[in-house]
Amino acid sequence: MTKLIESIPNASNIARAELDSGITLLVYENPAVQSVNLMGSLHAGSIYEMPGQSGLASLAASALKTGTVSRDFDAIHGALEDVGADLGFRGHVHKLGLSGKALAEDLGLLLQVASEALREPLFPAEHVDRLRGERLTWLQYSNYDSRYRAAKAMREALYPDTHPYHFGTYGSDDSISKLRADDLKAFHAAHFGPRGMILVIVGAVDAGEAIRLAADAFGDWRNAAQPPVEQAPEPETLSTDRRPQVFLPGKTQSDICMGVVGPARKAEDYLAATLANSVLGEFGMMGRIGKSVREEKGLAYYAFSRLGGGHGPDPWTVSAGVNPENVELAISSIMDEIERLTTEAVTDEDLADNQSYFTGRMPLRLESNEGIASHIHSMESFGLGLDYLARYKDLIYGITKEDMLCAAQKYLRPDNMVIAVAGPEAGDPAGDSG
Amino acid sequence: MTQLTHHTLPNGLTVLLREVHSAPVISWWLAYRVGSRNEPTGLTGISHWVEHMMFKGTERFPAGALDREIDRAGGQWNAFTSMDATKYFETLPADKIDIAMQAEADRMSNAIFDADETESERTVIISERQGAENQPTFWLAEEVRGAAFRVHGYHHEIIGDETDLRTMTRDDLYRHYRRHYCAANAAAIAVGAFDSEEMLAKIESLFGSIEAEAAPDLFTRAEPEQQGERRVIVERPGKTAFLELCHRAPPADHDDWMKLQIMNAILSGSGGASDNKTSRLYQALVKTEVAASVGAWLTPTVDPYLYSIMVTLRDDRRPEEAEPLLLAEIERLKTEGVSEAELNKARKQTRAAFAYSTESVTEQAYWLAQSFILGDVTWFDNYAERLMQVTADDVREVAERYLLPRNRVLGILHPTDSEQEPAPA
Repeated sequence: MTKLIESIPNASNIARAELDSGITLLVYENPAVQSVNLMGSLHAGSIYEMPGQSGLASLAASALKTGTVSRDFDAIHGALEDVGADLGFRGHVHKLGLSGKALAEDLGLLLQVASEALREPLFPAEHVDRLRGERLTWLQYSNYDSRYRAAKAMREALYPDTHPYHFGTYGSDDSISKLRADDLKAFHAAHFGPRGMILVIVGAVDAGEAIRLAADAFGDWRNAAQPPVEQAPEPETLSTDRRPQVFLPGKTQSDICMGVVGPARKAEDYLAATLANSVLGEFGMMGRIGKSVREEKGLAYYAFSRLGGGHGPDPWTVSAGVNPENVELAISSIMDEIERLTTEAVTDEDLADNQSYFTGRMPLRLESNEGIASHIHSMESFGLGLDYLARYKDLIYGITKEDMLCAAQKYLRPDNMVIAVAGPEAGDPAGDSG
Repeated sequence: MTQLTHHTLPNGLTVLLREVHSAPVISWWLAYRVGSRNEPTGLTGISHWVEHMMFKGTERFPAGALDREIDRAGGQWNAFTSMDATKYFETLPADKIDIAMQAEADRMSNAIFDADETESERTVIISERQGAENQPTFWLAEEVRGAAFRVHGYHHEIIGDETDLRTMTRDDLYRHYRRHYCAANAAAIAVGAFDSEEMLAKIESLFGSIEAEAAPDLFTRAEPEQQGERRVIVERPGKTAFLELCHRAPPADHDDWMKLQIMNAILSGSGGASDNKTSRLYQALVKTEVAASVGAWLTPTVDPYLYSIMVTLRDDRRPEEAEPLLLAEIERLKTEGVSEAELNKARKQTRAAFAYSTESVTEQAYWLAQSFILGDVTWFDNYAERLMQVTADDVREVAERYLLPRNRVLGILHPTDSEQEPAPA
């Protein structure tokens, strides 16, 4: 049987190289599979958008595979699909994310197409126009999605419109409608570059060969225009509307999204906050909130909490879907659990359970290429060190009940909380089924 | 893949074991041959509700105890109800798997079905249905299935009709459980880091004492032959229109199923890793800016079901514009067939998709469980090989045989209040 300690990715079994272009490359050999996974990021997220251009970074990411100097749309997709490979780009707030997979024999092709897409996209106008239409369709569908609207209303009330987290990465009908191919080209020229880029390769590959293939694809990339890395500030003001409501016709369920500003991944109290979050709305089928709202009161099919924990002050949220007549009861039940978490230290059993949960789940998270690549990417991206997973158990067991209480008290302040609800208006016939 | 070992205990329990030592993890599944297809009118949704009640405890493992126990061990567990089956699984670090095996053996016979818990879960399940109803496409799918199956149990959604969810009793649920949850109607599946002999011995010690009962006669009603094209229109608030085009398809154990799967790969992509922008339907519908997206599904089922194509229309286009483009692609399949290049691409995509889907022990175990439900425990093991044998002539023949107007159900979702904007946040 494989020993866990031997299989944990760490500094001794991850090959780390810096390409001439400045890209940090990390390779982990996993001979147990037939495939290879590619994961990466570069500093080209929505945080670099100009006012009024919300959605630009994301649309540019979506358009990278519509045509390059070397291949047109059909040639790009033909090359990938002919071998069952997959390659995608996604614009996040801070970074553009890259993910792909292929049979191990096709790693060279995957890297080459990724390089062409990132370095020499043409953003053909007809394809950008088509993608814009698809994006608008998605946004208009989402505008009638109660869960999407609750999360959007929470985000917009929690972060002022001077903060990058106020905006969704997919943009709005208004902002997307105005974007043209030239906007994408300008954004690419100004922000896409190798400095700060991370590339992770995991799978049935030889590390030396993978490094050579990556160097062939990306080693000579340069962009002197790349700006300094942007940081997201702490939001200074909250909207005066802490209880936004969105009324949607024809819905039978209301979605609740409650949020406060949470810790960034690199915050000292991040791990304590994640353990506290697990007690609140995750451990043992959605934690204390799941037990109260779902199991005891039968109010909701889903009710859970989640901590963002990215490169900046992401939200710490609680979400639930309930019958419209139970909205206030569900909110008060959730608030009761938040008050309990912020006034009483968790029990010894809670602490032990959650420490065991966090450390015990590591083998499952490291079972697939994608899981391994995700962890390696996080270690590099957040500067945790490649021995982080090896130190992880000690870090988790070093957290005390007092640490969790302090983190909960610091972030889960009712006066800083936004409570958004999206669903049917009172009296809507479709909302009367419960 | 490593060798599959197949046993049957004296009480009828099927046991499927596959050793995989690439990670110190075991995925453990119990699959029962009962799903929404076996539900009569008045009891729609009962299989799914019983699945929920299985998490409400036994005397040995009270409600919530296993949630904590399995999370504490770093595992994951869940259950799925499908049209054909109810499946339960736990994936855990290999040295912690015993608790999951004990729990599944226990709840095969000893689930409590407490009356208060049943009532509490009634509102949870209605909430689950109402959450789905908030998606306009749920209403379209429900209406299309209702139109496609007048008699057979595939006609209702797995979640069930709300009227039944409001009237079913605790005793209905308990009867359904007692009737269908027995060793002869189930399979125990383990994939992961274990020794097969030791694992079999554990299973025998835990499940061997469960009383032998004859497998239940499952409630099924054969769907009569369709007599012509059927159409349904759904109207819901929103701005996005959808079109779903279905044709009747054979069950998964039919020789034509694999041929249709290759046909689907050529029409819409393999359904594996690729996002399929070279597929015929993407080229015909999305690249021409009629649709925002298009996808197609051939579900492996026990009884004849549907091959379904779903089109999301762009904001400024109507379903009536998509329909002739779809039908033209279907006619093209019948008249022109497919090229060797398309066939080779579908084969390579299949090989890749198979490699991806067998990377985790949980996925491998899922497919073994599904194979058991389909009546052939080697169904997934032979999947890729059988697909590789499909020829261009096979694809053309099944297109001619199945993609017929008289086998067709077409559903359209019209957004109704494009003038009425949702209230701003």
